[in-house]
Amino acid sequence: MLRRALQLGLGRGLLGRRLGTHRGGSTLDQNGKMSEIKKKIQSVLPGGAWNPPYDTSYLPPEHSDVVIVGGGVIGLSVAYWLKRLEKPRGAIRVLVVERDHTYSQASTALSVGGIRQQFSVPENIQLSLFSVEFLRNINEYLAVVDDPPLDIQFNPSGYLLLASEKGAAVMESNVKVQRQEGAKVCLMSPEQLRNKFPWINTEGVALASYGMEYEGWFDPWCLLQGLRRKVQSMGVLFCHGEVTRFVSSSSHTETTSGEEVTLKRIHEVHVKIDRSLEYQPVECALVINAAGAWSGQIAELAGVGKGPPGTLQGTKLPVERRKRYVYLWHCPQGPGLETPFVVDASGAYFRREGLGNNYLGGCSPTEEEEPDPGNLEVDHDFFQDKVWPPLAQRVPAFETLKVRSAWAGYYDYNTFDQNGVVGPHPLVVNMYFATGFSGHGLQQAPAVGRAVAEMVLDGHFQTINLNPFHFSRFYLGEKVQEHNII
Amino acid sequence: MGLGKTKPLHLVMPVWNRGTRGIRGLSRAVALEGSQKKGRSLLQFLADRFYDVQALREYLLQKQVLKVHQKNRPFTYIKERFGPHAAGAYFILKQGGAVKFQGKEWIRSDAHGHFSLDFLKFQAVPVEAVNASGCAINYQGLDSLLALKELRSLWLQRCPHVDDWCLGRLHPLANSLQELSLAGCPRISERGLASLHHLQNLRRLDISDLHAVSNPGLTRILVEEMLPSCQVLGADWAQGLPSGPDEQSQDKASPIPA
Repeated sequence: MLRRALQLGLGRGLLGRRLGTHRGGSTLDQNGKMSEIKKKIQSVLPGGAWNPPYDTSYLPPEHSDVVIVGGGVIGLSVAYWLKRLEKPRGAIRVLVVERDHTYSQASTALSVGGIRQQFSVPENIQLSLFSVEFLRNINEYLAVVDDPPLDIQFNPSGYLLLASEKGAAVMESNVKVQRQEGAKVCLMSPEQLRNKFPWINTEGVALASYGMEYEGWFDPWCLLQGLRRKVQSMGVLFCHGEVTRFVSSSSHTETTSGEEVTLKRIHEVHVKIDRSLEYQPVECALVINAAGAWSGQIAELAGVGKGPPGTLQGTKLPVERRKRYVYLWHCPQGPGLETPFVVDASGAYFRREGLGNNYLGGCSPTEEEEPDPGNLEVDHDFFQDKVWPPLAQRVPAFETLKVRSAWAGYYDYNTFDQNGVVGPHPLVVNMYFATGFSGHGLQQAPAVGRAVAEMVLDGHFQTINLNPFHFSRFYLGEKVQEHNII
Repeated sequence: MGLGKTKPLHLVMPVWNRGTRGIRGLSRAVALEGSQKKGRSLLQFLADRFYDVQALREYLLQKQVLKVHQKNRPFTYIKERFGPHAAGAYFILKQGGAVKFQGKEWIRSDAHGHFSLDFLKFQAVPVEAVNASGCAINYQGLDSLLALKELRSLWLQRCPHVDDWCLGRLHPLANSLQELSLAGCPRISERGLASLHHLQNLRRLDISDLHAVSNPGLTRILVEEMLPSCQVLGADWAQGLPSGPDEQSQDKASPIPA
């Protein structure tokens, strides 16, 4: 700065002198010019005030229309649909901020990968049906010219949900709803079950519902990479960093009943670069919270829930991290190729993995037994005590098995009603949520992405109406309870 | 390294946010080979630099996809007027396959794609056998076939668009289907074969030449266990095993690739 001021001063001085003098002041002129040139060269070389060779390509842009916090399957799906539905092409600049590019703790990568329509809430069924159609035509949706087609390794084997006497009536009414929405589910009696799957022990089973089509499991990593590749080709920017702060402004208005309401608007997102103290403030118009298991923290940063409890300002986002274990075991006499994704009435589940008599399975713990979500360490005693006994009782062949490996992953668990939160926050007007799916986020990701993109671009949902999943239900106490949570 | 365009300063594989070329270059290096490479890389070079060329290429890709969709459109008028069997037969004949009605001879379209419409007169005669080998039938097109409730034998040899999703859809034919041939379909894998257990009346199943099946011998054994009363052809169990002592010693002698 000082150098530039000196230069300007020198320049003006030279000009002033030139106007007033004849050829007499030439030596002074030469010295002045040389020093000026020297100063200019010094500023261009490294170490000077202006350094163009300094690489800033790892920093996110200074302005972005939409900032998506979280680069998992939901975040990438929102980015994809935003780019696909925008008019005109290239109108919106989208930035995806992902803290961990190896996805080592992301729920997407650690997921078992199942997709089903056997839910009790109609919106969940519709979301899942659309996602199945997306996965089936994935090479039309996510085609990138000159790149090989995706193979998500879908197993169309279906889900088999078992119900005891207590749950049989609920299962029947659920199946009715599912059939109304277009799912292909059939109800089976214990005898039909024994005929179809002779390896099942039907003691204690009153009714079973079996998905004939559109259900199964697939490779979530492939979907993630496919989305990533397509989204990059559409021009979405990625940043390897963490959101640490939101800079927002508030305005006070009155509601029709005379209450004072504080509306907040986020202006900037501070993105801290990985393994560094450097951060970049990104000016944005919208923020989409797709941070999965960490959405609660992001919401707190934005000021959601800062207020007296019992009011809308004081309603926090009830999404927290819950750890779930998945075990892989080998059972030589186990069920064969036709094994569906079996979910026992007790909550324990398993599915076939590959051709070598390997099975993946687990169980959701009860509220009292919830493990500490601080790390992703596996508790093998949980398998011995809670997973193996019900599965061995249901499938007698599982009495002899050997656990090959196990891992743990997070559910972005919605403690209110175990269903997703989709849509804008009523008070922080430009933060949109797409989180809280409690274990069925992967199978709903394509549809949720589309819904959020419609909400952002058109202001309302067009294909699937997700108004029941709005944030305000936490304040109003209207639960959209999902009964079939695995 | 094998990347087409190299930036001499970047010795490390490009990080995610270094523009679109990095990630595409990775998979492109694997996919392309031979004489196609030169023409393709010129087009790719232009597509990277001009939005118009990129849009044109995407449009051409979409057109190819639409062509297959057009071939698989449903013939609702024929279905309403002449019944599901006639509609199914018309669909197959239009695709270039052959149909056999119960008690009649095989009907096939000729080299130009023309076929006689006499079968529309068969009012309630069901279709017994369908030979859709080599046809561009896909998931949507199966709608027409699934309406043929008394279909006994279905040949889907070398169909390029029949994949695992389609196999999951065949269960409505479980009561009547006795013969199914899937030989040479490039997209069918063992995951789709797992959904064939609904077809309990199946007596002959041909699963030879399925390149997407990872372990043909083991798959055949598992399919035989899954469908005990069905005769499974193809995918010999010996295919999965190494072929004898000469090859084994050859493997040991070969140098470790650099």
